[in-house]
Formats: sequence, C-alpha cells, structure tokens
Amino acid sequence: MNDKFKRALSLFATFFKIGLFTFGGGYAMIPLIEKEIVEKKKWITSDDILEVFAISESTPGPIAINSATFVGYKTAGFFGALFATLGVVLPSFTIIFILSFFIEKFKHLKAVEYAFNGIRAGVIALVIKALITMIKKCPKNAISYIIASLAFLVTVIFDLNVFIVIIACAVVGLIYHLIITSKKRGNKNDIS
Amino acid sequence: MIYLELFLTFLKIGAFTFGGGYAMLPLIQEEVVAHKWLSLDEMIDFIAVSESTPGPFAVNISTYVGTETGGFFGALCATTGIVLPSFVIILIVARFFIAFQQNRAVKGVMVGLKPAVIGLIGSAVVGLISTVFLSNGISIEVISSPGFLSSLVILLGMIILIFKKVSPIIIILISAVLGVLSGYIFNL
Repeated sequence: MNDKFKRALSLFATFFKIGLFTFGGGYAMIPLIEKEIVEKKKWITSDDILEVFAISESTPGPIAINSATFVGYKTAGFFGALFATLGVVLPSFTIIFILSFFIEKFKHLKAVEYAFNGIRAGVIALVIKALITMIKKCPKNAISYIIASLAFLVTVIFDLNVFIVIIACAVVGLIYHLIITSKKRGNKNDIS
Repeated sequence: MIYLELFLTFLKIGAFTFGGGYAMLPLIQEEVVAHKWLSLDEMIDFIAVSESTPGPFAVNISTYVGTETGGFFGALCATTGIVLPSFVIILIVARFFIAFQQNRAVKGVMVGLKPAVIGLIGSAVVGLISTVFLSNGISIEVISSPGFLSSLVILLGMIILIFKKVSPIIIILISAVLGVLSGYIFNL
C-alpha cells in the first residue's frame, strides 16, 4: 500500500471528525481544520492554509467543501481530495438522512408546532447576525454600497431572479475593477 | 425525472454560492421553494435543525430536501449535485494555486460578488421576516395578535443574545421554550 493511499485514508478520518464536530457550517470549521491539518498532522504550513481559506471563499460552493477538497488535493492529490470531501460530507449526510424521518413524525405535535413558532423568530436573529458579520468583512467603498443596495432592491421590489443578479454583479465588479486598475497603471506610467 | 431534477437544481445552487454560512439561502429560496420541495416555513425550520446538527448547511439542506422528495437516492443526487461544482473547480484552481489569487479578473469578479451576496441575504431576511410575521397580511389585528407579539419579543430578545455571543444552539433552545410557553399561555 503506497504512502499516498494511506494519507488519503487518514484525510478521510480527519475530515470525518471535522464534519462530525462542527456546528454552524463552514466558518465554524476553519479553526478545527487549522488545528488538525496544520498543527497536528503538519500536512500543510500555516501560510498555505490561509491561502486555502482565502481561495475557498472566492470560488463557488460551500466553504466547508472547498477547503476539504483543497486540503485533500494539496496533501495527497486527486484521491486525497476525494476522500477528504467524502469525509466532511458523510457525517451530515447520515445524520440528516436519519433525522428527516423523525422530523416528519413529530412535526404535527402541538408542542412541536409551538416550539417551531418560537424557533422561526429566533432563527431570523441568527441570519441577521450572519449578515452583519458579512457586512463587516466586506470592503467599505462606494462600489460595494451601490452593488449591495441594488442587489437588495431588485430582488425585494422586482423579485428578480437571484442567479441573474449574481451574474450581473460579477460582471459589474469585473468591469469596474479592470477600469480602476488600468487607470492606476496608467498613472504609474505617467509618474515614471 | 425527480433524481435528475434534484441533481441539476443543487448543482446550480452549488455553482452559484459564494461565501459560507447563509450565502446559499437566497438561492435555496429561489430554486427549492419555487419547486415546492419546501415551503418558506419549512426552510426556516430547517435552518434551526441545521444549526443544531453537525456539518455544513449546504450538505444538511441538500440531504434533507433530497430525502423528502426522493428518499435515499434523492438525498444522494442532491448532495452530489451541491458538492460537485466545488470539487471540480477547486481541483482546477489548485493546479494554478498562486496564479488564481493574483488574477485581475478573479479579483474583479469578487469586487462585485461580495456586496452582491450581502444584498441578497438582506433580501432573504426581508422574506423570512414577512413569512414569520406577516403570513396573514398586515393589519392592526395581525400586529396586535398574541402570536405576532410573542414572535416579536422572541426575535428582539434573540438579537440581543446573539450579539452577546450566546451560541446558536442555546438561542434555538431558548426560542423553542419561549414558543411552547407562549403557545400554551395564549392558546395560539
């Protein structure tokens, strides 16, 4: 059995553990990945892991899946990526699959209905908190404010398709960035 | 065919989700609720379930919707769908590791996407609020009903707690207890 295969198995076990013990999704997973992969297993350096997280945030897909695939690939190639991703998905998949049968059974109990009436209000607080965290992390400049408010307004008022809004915002951001950076480059050339 | 439909729908959601946590909510709302696989109420309930169980929201919700609409294979198709875009894209990006982050086009796209996700989650919050509070329309009667008022108290209370860094699971537990209490007290 070669070394890469052993590593792939070890990646599976590690990400299974990470998937099983993080509540609250991708961002909650980041400290755990750092501890397991960088400190304990030393598969990736702490500089590289920061870049892994940065890229995981700026490529499509959930951060948890992105970082598992990325760490797996860097550590043991394609099979590493496959095993790490399977590992991080499997606990959720199994637990929710089993749980969904119970959710159906208990949903119609009076007490459960009442509980969920309360929970629905509480959940909104959680989403508002997530929103504010994202606002804090977003660059504070005019173009950000404009894009965020336009995306908000067109979906709330005109009920525009979310996928179209995402594509449109990406295009606007891209054009703006290319214009700004080429201007800067132009300025530098003027000075020199 | 339901399996293919689940796979393709979640593939689309996976390919268009940027950022973690609830960045996916607006897309779930757009696709899953439109397919009538989940109602908005059920989606909100499931956020609570997902917060109280381990693992990423993306995997949790795709597994749940898949199971509800197509059993085990439904869950498998939906979850494979949501994972696949990430997996393929990361494999490609990993080969050009540094080149990707320095790329001007990638930076430019993110200039648009970061605020876009914020705007979209903002609009999802408006949707959630109107579902929870105004599902019977807006009128003096609705606003002064015990159900509305107790939900409002719970929401405001939980906003205070969440900013005092109380964990989401505790927030859900307290909300549930308050929901049960006000349900029985006001006979909702």
